Amino acid sequence: MGYPWMSSRGRSSAFWAPMVRARPPPSSCCWGLPSHRGGRRGSAASTPLGTREPLKVKRLVGYLPENVGFYQDMSARENLRYVARLNHIPDRVSSHKIDEVLGIVGLSEDAQKRVGTFSRGMSQRLGIAEVLIKDPRVCFLDEPTLGLDPDGAIRMIELIQSLSRERTITMLVSSHNLEQVQKISHRVGIMIKGKLVAVGPMQELANEKLGVGKQKYTLEQIYMKYFHEV
Amino acid sequence: MGTFSQNLREALAGGIDAHGLVVVLKKELADHFSSYRFVILFALIAMVSLISTYMTGVGLREELEGIAKPKLVFLMLFTSTGTWFSLAQFVAFFGPLIGLVLGFDSINREKSTGTMSKLASQPIFRDSIINGKFLAGVATIAIMFTSIVLVISGLGLRVLGVVPGIEELWRIIIYLIISIVYVSFWLGISMLFSITFRSIATSALASIAMWIFFSFFTSLGATVVANALAPIPSSGADTETVVRHARIQQAVRLISPMELYSDATATIIDPMRKTTRSLVLMGPMERLLSSRFQNPLPLSQSILVVWPYITSLIAITLVCFGFSYAVFMRQEIRSV
Repeated sequence: MGYPWMSSRGRSSAFWAPMVRARPPPSSCCWGLPSHRGGRRGSAASTPLGTREPLKVKRLVGYLPENVGFYQDMSARENLRYVARLNHIPDRVSSHKIDEVLGIVGLSEDAQKRVGTFSRGMSQRLGIAEVLIKDPRVCFLDEPTLGLDPDGAIRMIELIQSLSRERTITMLVSSHNLEQVQKISHRVGIMIKGKLVAVGPMQELANEKLGVGKQKYTLEQIYMKYFHEV
Repeated sequence: MGTFSQNLREALAGGIDAHGLVVVLKKELADHFSSYRFVILFALIAMVSLISTYMTGVGLREELEGIAKPKLVFLMLFTSTGTWFSLAQFVAFFGPLIGLVLGFDSINREKSTGTMSKLASQPIFRDSIINGKFLAGVATIAIMFTSIVLVISGLGLRVLGVVPGIEELWRIIIYLIISIVYVSFWLGISMLFSITFRSIATSALASIAMWIFFSFFTSLGATVVANALAPIPSSGADTETVVRHARIQQAVRLISPMELYSDATATIIDPMRKTTRSLVLMGPMERLLSSRFQNPLPLSQSILVVWPYITSLIAITLVCFGFSYAVFMRQEIRSV
């Protein structure tokens, strides 16, 4: 599997799958999450990106699943500490780190609260904090704005953008929301029926499919063009 | 076999991921000890065993008055039935519940709350998760049983005023180990269900059903099977039929881990028992001899008698865990 985004550090890309989702979802197959019965993917799917060093890759790459879950009885801080420990971060280092990432996502005041009391937007932001705790180089975010209210969605998008810009983390976002994707992505990938049919900066894709011109196209128009062709 | 051989290769190449295992184990252990259901169950079992042992102890003290030199009194704390049941019987019946309660939602709860896919994307091998969970359960069981046995022994010292000898201590330790393995078997069963069933309620019910089946119905079924295969005529049977009947019944009964456990522990903890069988065929002279020389069996001989039982118990525990391990490693993990 080639990931053309990998080379461009500090950029946010999005790949977008239509309603008929490929099974398993694109981001999870990079994680060794599917069963070995994944069919034609074979054993390469059982380790992240098919490497022989899954642990090293997993240490550098953060993954925020679509419905991110936390241990409901533990506080936000305890949840983060568990993940930090799993990532070989000793407690004395992680306690500063936890404060820092909670500050970034704006949850400093809720650090001691049980995660069970969190709203969806808060847990989504805690999910981002959890990804950040290991200082990833690449982040996979699966539908980060799904089910958030408009305000929460905008804050999430801004957060993703600022992380990509200020901390030079490559963000890979899979989303159904074309407008948001258009707003923040440097490069866009379009997946239809589980196949990546196009990758590149948006303008390039537009030129390729809709001809060179002064007109600005939205991502939706570009996508529909691809969708009808397939 | 992709995942399996790959993981094996990874484990061999990079060593076993001890760090991930320890982190998961610590967290699960903390979870167990702080969870309400564990505390409630532990309190219940500790209370019942303390009360029953106390009553047994008081009863024993009255019985022993006037006997010049009683032998191996201390072990009777665990075996004599007192008012209702002995401690060993109690553990055989209700010990499985501890294992089941510790394990029935260990995997599928993480799946349903979405923490499993997160956990699997951390830099640990996938088997660290299941190994850590199982070992945390076993550690919890071990701590729990050791503390109960210690408390009971302390109580016995006070009530009976008898100090256990070395042999008695060894027998208690072996009893403890068998009990831990036995409850771990049930932990493995419930973890297997928590892996195979997506719903927590289903896995809980399936575990309870298994427990009821093996605890109550196997001995019933054994009688039915024995009656069907080797019926004992009402007019009176020859010895051969009776023995055949008993053998069949015994064989069917041993399907249940509970019977394995009770047979094994009864012989270990009660030195007067010389065999695990309930029916022993002997001639008149042998009977005379055995009633004349009622000496306790030495420890080594007791162990020899129950050795097959202990190995089978360990084997089914390992097979059960191995099976859940294999299923878990091949499963697809995704947030629901």
